[in-house]
Amino acid sequence: MAEAVSIDGVTKVFNAGSSDRVEALQEIDLQIRSREFISLIGPSGCGKSTLLRLIGDLTDPTRGTVTVNGKTSHQARLDRDYGMVFQHATLLEWRSILRNVELPLEIMDVDGSEREAIARRMLGLVGLDDFEHHYPWQLSGGMQQRVAIARALSFEPAILLMDEPFGALDEMTRERMQAEVLDLWTKTNTTVVFVTHSIPEAVFLSTRVVVMSPRPGRIADVIDIDLPQPRTEETREDPRFFELLTRVREALRGMEATS
Amino acid sequence: MTTGVVERPSAAERVRDALKRFLPAALLFLGGLATWELVHRVFGIEDFLLPQPSDIAATFAAEAGTVIPAGWFTFQEALVGFLIGAVAAVLIALLTARWTPIQAGVVPFAVAVNATPIIALAPIMNQWFSVTSIWSKAAIVAVIVFFPVMINTTRGLIEVNERSIELMRSYGASPGAILRKVRVPHALPFVFSALKVGTTLSVIAAIVSEYFGGSRKALGVYITQQAALFHLAEAWAAIVVASTMGITFYIAVVLIERAVMPWHASVRGEDLG
Repeated sequence: MAEAVSIDGVTKVFNAGSSDRVEALQEIDLQIRSREFISLIGPSGCGKSTLLRLIGDLTDPTRGTVTVNGKTSHQARLDRDYGMVFQHATLLEWRSILRNVELPLEIMDVDGSEREAIARRMLGLVGLDDFEHHYPWQLSGGMQQRVAIARALSFEPAILLMDEPFGALDEMTRERMQAEVLDLWTKTNTTVVFVTHSIPEAVFLSTRVVVMSPRPGRIADVIDIDLPQPRTEETREDPRFFELLTRVREALRGMEATS
Repeated sequence: MTTGVVERPSAAERVRDALKRFLPAALLFLGGLATWELVHRVFGIEDFLLPQPSDIAATFAAEAGTVIPAGWFTFQEALVGFLIGAVAAVLIALLTARWTPIQAGVVPFAVAVNATPIIALAPIMNQWFSVTSIWSKAAIVAVIVFFPVMINTTRGLIEVNERSIELMRSYGASPGAILRKVRVPHALPFVFSALKVGTTLSVIAAIVSEYFGGSRKALGVYITQQAALFHLAEAWAAIVVASTMGITFYIAVVLIERAVMPWHASVRGEDLG
């Protein structure tokens, strides 16, 4: 499998040269293959969101390089290789749901009628066909987040970058959304990089879990999740699922002991 | 699937809500007029101090041919000044949002000027332009409207959620596209709240600058002349025209706001804007 993302010797320093200098990431090396589902997990301040933003070229590394599909991350962004989903849906409140999903296609100069057709199909995929003319404030948090996912997938980005996308949702909605994201991942050939605080979420979704440690942000462990695909509700009861939960938990705890 | 969805109220519900909302204000207004009339009669207040509402109404009917054209003359000054000030303010705000160095220079200056009593310039404008032309008054109105609109528009263009900007950047959107699709729509509520303040300010500015001298056709000049002659009922009739003008102007901008921003909270009936 080809490499989708290659992170080589990446260090990120905030406020360099001042007294509140923070080394958010130190010497990160990580290769992500195409079609992988990678979760970045770790305590607050471990730099997992920063790493995601570096991949997405929303911030620059202090040292090191990020290569995406054989290009610089900057070129990849200009080539529209990224679909971003944040913790908050970040819908534009003055646009209807349909027009929100159309937003990236509009920027990419997709023709009006085609744009609408794609946006309708994406809303169907996340089960919101009936809400296209509603405005964001009329939808619940979970529904807004589904709109954000539909929007991120609308232009078929090669890489989906998700920064705690379900962090603000209740447990029930969260599990349903996880199943939906896996379903979309299977259908769309996308590589996913997913930041989360939740161990079960990381294990349930991922093909690999990257455990990070704080101050400075480093990769403490990379754990292969060899649970069978496709993952279903039964996966959550699989004894192997619990073994892997324990492994990730121990990796997180282990670095607590050493730090 | 329908849980968590907020539906818009029906038309009938909206009318009922509006009645419920405006009824207390209407009652208070009528009650106020009745009390005024009563106090005037019971205590025998002199007409040159405060005429009674019924006298003002009668004078208004008799003087309508004078006060309404005078109001229209003054309203033109206010409207022309308002349009010049508002359009210039929005253009400058767009420039400062695009080139932040300009903003760093212009905004503190604008805030300072906005805090000064610009109406004090009225005699100077009378010198610059002709006293009797509408331009000496429109100029004051334009300057008074300009600053709040510019400051608010700039804020609306700049105080955009950082996430929305990152989202746009992740699509490889150009600064121009970010301006058109995020900053400008985000600024609209800010622009309209400033425009609403601007409507009231512009009518005040036009009338007060006429107090420093102006065309004999102007409402402010009429008010000062009638008051000097102790024709208080005439002056009050003109003040009724002035308030009607201010309120109509304000409502017109509210209606435009609703047409332009159907999505916005102030349009959902959650507040009166």
